[in-house]
Amino acid sequence: MARRYYKIPLFLVCLAPVTLLVTQAAGQDLGANPVEALLHRSGAWTLRFLLLTLAVTPLRLLTGWTEILQVRRMLGLFAFFYASLHFSIYAVLDLGLDLGFVAEDIVERPYITVGFTAWLLLVPLAVTSTRAMMRRLGRRWKQLHRLAYAVAVLGVVHFYWLVKADVREPLIYAGILLVLFGVRLGHRARRAARLRVARGEA
Amino acid sequence: MLIRSRKPWSLKDSEVTDEGFYRERRRFMQSSAALLASASAPALLAPRPAAAVTVAGAKPSPFSTDEAPNSFEEITNYNNFYEFGTGKDDPARHAHQLRTKPWSVAVDGEVERPGTYGLEDVLNGIPAEERIYRLRCVEAWSMVIPWVGVPLGDVLKRYGPTSRAKYVEFTTLRDPEQMPGQRRPVLPWPYVEGLRVDEAMHPLTILAIGLYGRELPNQNGAPLRLVVPWKYGFKSIKSIVGIRLTEQQPLNTWQAVAPREYGFYANVNPDVDHPRWSQSRERRIGSDSLFAPKQRTRLFNGYGEYVAHLYAGMDLSRNF
Repeated sequence: MARRYYKIPLFLVCLAPVTLLVTQAAGQDLGANPVEALLHRSGAWTLRFLLLTLAVTPLRLLTGWTEILQVRRMLGLFAFFYASLHFSIYAVLDLGLDLGFVAEDIVERPYITVGFTAWLLLVPLAVTSTRAMMRRLGRRWKQLHRLAYAVAVLGVVHFYWLVKADVREPLIYAGILLVLFGVRLGHRARRAARLRVARGEA
Repeated sequence: MLIRSRKPWSLKDSEVTDEGFYRERRRFMQSSAALLASASAPALLAPRPAAAVTVAGAKPSPFSTDEAPNSFEEITNYNNFYEFGTGKDDPARHAHQLRTKPWSVAVDGEVERPGTYGLEDVLNGIPAEERIYRLRCVEAWSMVIPWVGVPLGDVLKRYGPTSRAKYVEFTTLRDPEQMPGQRRPVLPWPYVEGLRVDEAMHPLTILAIGLYGRELPNQNGAPLRLVVPWKYGFKSIKSIVGIRLTEQQPLNTWQAVAPREYGFYANVNPDVDHPRWSQSRERRIGSDSLFAPKQRTRLFNGYGEYVAHLYAGMDLSRNF
């Protein structure tokens, strides 16, 4: 794809957060509670990539920039990557890969139930991200990938429910999510109104 | 779980310090004693001087654990002290804004000698002890901290608690100028905590004034903080300006904020989970903790042999 020269640089940029985390971990540069720092930062990047992915269409709607759609898959897959990293750090470093503890947490801690569900929902999205899959699923592909909204909401709730008292950070993500929803809903409403006018129903 | 049935008064092998340090320590104590002697001579002639808040020469205590303490770096850079911000590194960055000298404590309520006392007078005459305690945060991490402090009971006694005193309520300084975190209502300022009078008088309970043989750093609650090692860390209120003896149970801040999650007693208990996370395990802070598994949390943070009797017959899942 000689035309899509941006793909490799973009890929490398998306890898920057995990590269930084690995460097900091190796350099004992994560503070007194490195596992907690790794969990928090990998979680934050998961949310950011989810929001970036969901921002692509609103950006197109607002600016008419159709080429931006080409980066959405990479962003979405990186959201899945960071979510998997986040889950792995939790399962391996926090719980010592004790699957009994993991299962117990998933069942008994609502914020982990929600977080795990969010990751689980990302799996079919990642699996069906290829062009072959898009062709195979046709119209249903778009319906399936609407799950991305649900994943983002679950991710924000997961974050909000684990914070002790300072809810600023989760609320910021929630706010951004609401704005992104707002742009899409606003566009839909305007399009529906225009259709009604066109059909002479107004 | 290894249950230690060592009697409180016996010394452990690990309490025998190595020879070089021991010799140095004697020299240090001798020189500080000489310093005190020479300093007090002219002082005897002056009108009643303020005694120094002395952290040096703290006696070791049989209540200290033999677990290795966390490093000074860890203890002073990973703190929950929302008065300076909610990030773990915020207190280290902002607590320097707090002026800890001069410092007074208002003692009132059910006491015979209420008043506002300078910190030196509050501590005067009570020998400082080194207490190496485990501290278990409600967030499920823990450290081992070599505090220097005095038994709270010795301090309270000098103010004459009356027979109506059932609880002790503590209050932290409220000053958004010095404590930038207080400019936002993340908690209802000032921070308040409390103990039942028997918990307050218990020999384990101390008012800490130092850390690692030196004055308490600001981010650790300078110049005066409570340490109650068998309870979650939020009970160990920092930068105390008020001590009040009361008949009614105080409403501690975290209980006021989220009563379903934080109670008055807050005894460390692996069998009583926080509504949102488990309390059965904790992460011991340490430089190799990236791959170290979490430890099992112990009832009363391992101090059950000293304090369990205080709660005999109590339903600890209701009185959390």
